[in-house]
Amino acid sequence: MNNPIPNFPKGAISEIIGTAISLRGNDIDTDRIIPARFLKCVNFDALGSQVFDDDRKELNGLHPFDLKENQNASILVVNGNFGCGSSREHAPQALMRWGINAVIGQSFAEIFFGNCLALGIPCFTTSKQEIEEIQKSIESNTGIELLLNLKNQTLKSKKSTWQLEIDPGAKQMLTSGQWDATNQLISNSNSIDQIAKKLPYINGFKSKDSLNDLT
Amino acid sequence: MSSGTLFDKVWELHKVAKLPGGSTQLFVGLHLIHEVTSPQAFAALEEKSFPVRCPDQTIATVDHIVPTTNQERPFEDPLAEEMLSTLERNCKKHGIKLHGIGSGSQGIVHVIAPELGLTQPGMTVACGDSHTSTHGAFGAIAFGIGTSQVRDVLASQTLAMNKLKVRQIWIDGELNEGVYSKDLILHVIRELGVKGGVGYAYEFAGPAIEKLSMEERMTICNMAIEGGARCGYINPDQTTFEYLKGKAKAPSEESWQQALNWWKGLVSSPDSIFDDVVKFDASKIPPTVTWGITPGQGIGINESLPIPESLEPSERQIAEEAYRYMGLKPGSGIEGVSVDVCFIGSCTNGRLSDLHAAAKIAQGRKVAQGVKAFVVPGSEQVAREAEQEGLDKVFRGAGFEWREPGCSMCLAMNPDRLEGRQISASSSNRNFKGRQGSSSGRTLLMSPAMVAAAAITGQVTDVRSLIKQEKESTEKLKNE
Repeated sequence: MNNPIPNFPKGAISEIIGTAISLRGNDIDTDRIIPARFLKCVNFDALGSQVFDDDRKELNGLHPFDLKENQNASILVVNGNFGCGSSREHAPQALMRWGINAVIGQSFAEIFFGNCLALGIPCFTTSKQEIEEIQKSIESNTGIELLLNLKNQTLKSKKSTWQLEIDPGAKQMLTSGQWDATNQLISNSNSIDQIAKKLPYINGFKSKDSLNDLT
Repeated sequence: MSSGTLFDKVWELHKVAKLPGGSTQLFVGLHLIHEVTSPQAFAALEEKSFPVRCPDQTIATVDHIVPTTNQERPFEDPLAEEMLSTLERNCKKHGIKLHGIGSGSQGIVHVIAPELGLTQPGMTVACGDSHTSTHGAFGAIAFGIGTSQVRDVLASQTLAMNKLKVRQIWIDGELNEGVYSKDLILHVIRELGVKGGVGYAYEFAGPAIEKLSMEERMTICNMAIEGGARCGYINPDQTTFEYLKGKAKAPSEESWQQALNWWKGLVSSPDSIFDDVVKFDASKIPPTVTWGITPGQGIGINESLPIPESLEPSERQIAEEAYRYMGLKPGSGIEGVSVDVCFIGSCTNGRLSDLHAAAKIAQGRKVAQGVKAFVVPGSEQVAREAEQEGLDKVFRGAGFEWREPGCSMCLAMNPDRLEGRQISASSSNRNFKGRQGSSSGRTLLMSPAMVAAAAITGQVTDVRSLIKQEKESTEKLKNE
């Protein structure tokens, strides 16, 4: 793990300031982010040091997550379809526990995006060209500090500003602190009951009313 | 925006509220849980002192970590044992039904829910497992979720979600002999790409789909997620209803007609509007095998491997990476590639009809020397039925190992795994780097019959040649 005590997202998130890691490659799946053998656990505590374990071993110290200049980074910049494959939340958990607080990429797999959101980790997108530009900029200016502003959807360095995109719903949840959705979901308790009552399969297909409602 | 589709109808029926920010709070009719993605969710629940809202709508089993040789407790692996005992404790505490080892109904979560009749048309189904899309075969809206969402569903029986677009994948014609639903879905993913389905639900429809059995349909929907679509479904029809009738948890005799009426009303209307429609012809699909490190890197058995320079620039990088990892040569054939391990099983292809197809090829033949071949039934029920039919004897007689039910070598969270650079012919769903337990292990995805054929010859083989051989010898016997 790079950061001795990584900062876990908390409450409303307005900006993330820090250095960034460029991790190149399309279709990086969650088995690569966290190999299945590390899923043998009943809590997420140990995952930070296990992130990208196979890829890192293969590159023998040269993986971006092992490079000295990338230690303490909090923003990850990736390419297309990042986080595809298994639904394991262990993947964003491992990234977060390593120290990542935001991801910027060309595109994300859907379940991965949702898992990040549920942890308070924004996943921003932008075009292939812009990603290339950002990655080049990070790789050629090691240790460069970046400012990711959620409200304006911008990534800023001293020299440049990149405009980013994010699903408006996700942005709202992150900036308002409602990404931790449980309380809000529970608060609609009456509406939940009403829907359950209307669904014939929940009620053994017994209620005639519900059938009239539904077809 | 889509309208009139089964997806639209089921979505509407399960909408609880619009959440600030625009996403929908969706009611989950059936919540399936297992040992890998639930312990942290239960812990988070307890931290907040929330009860499980609908324990009756929650069903548990154990599948990923179970050994397939010796299932005696405690497991040899203390981590696996801890995971199962945690699940047992959580289920007991919250009053959740657990289909445990030896219960007669344990198995891979996506195998047992359909065979128990738990999965039904018109439901929303969620599970902390991406292959939850399998249940869409019944006309349910089923999708994988992460652990935080498992916590949310436990606490509220709902989750926050954005509505998906709907793409209809229309398949004309009929699959040829020796070509299976696995080939069909591998072909679709090859054509539409592994991220082609991001943001979509896939509706699989058309004459070729209508002809498929429920188990074949499950194979198709299971792999929708490999094409990026979180959810895949097939409109329920007579095949669906016949499959469900009499299943333990299906509607009873008295309520059957009402259930049937409701289900029929959910089918996509003839005037449905889709966000996109793509068409394929099943009769043109060959047995398909993956050669690379994503499920989209598949080719027909008689084709040669693509030359990276001839590919779209966006696919070139991953193709080059695949060639480096797999050690295969651009332009060469996939047929004849030697295999070390042959695995038949998984939530994609671990059901009885999959074992039938493989046993037909294995019958009267022998596994090639030096090849390790094993069959892992998807559930205790599949194992029982297969054994009643003597399939275990067919496989054993041919030199396959016959194992206990579980996820096995699909993802190697249990003792079944590749070693070193071994190459496997596998009926599972993912060929990612390291997926089968060795960081340099290599996976070729194919149908169960093709895996059986590879086991017999020791190399990737066109199963149609073995079927032809079989026919010729039967013919010869008849003439003698």
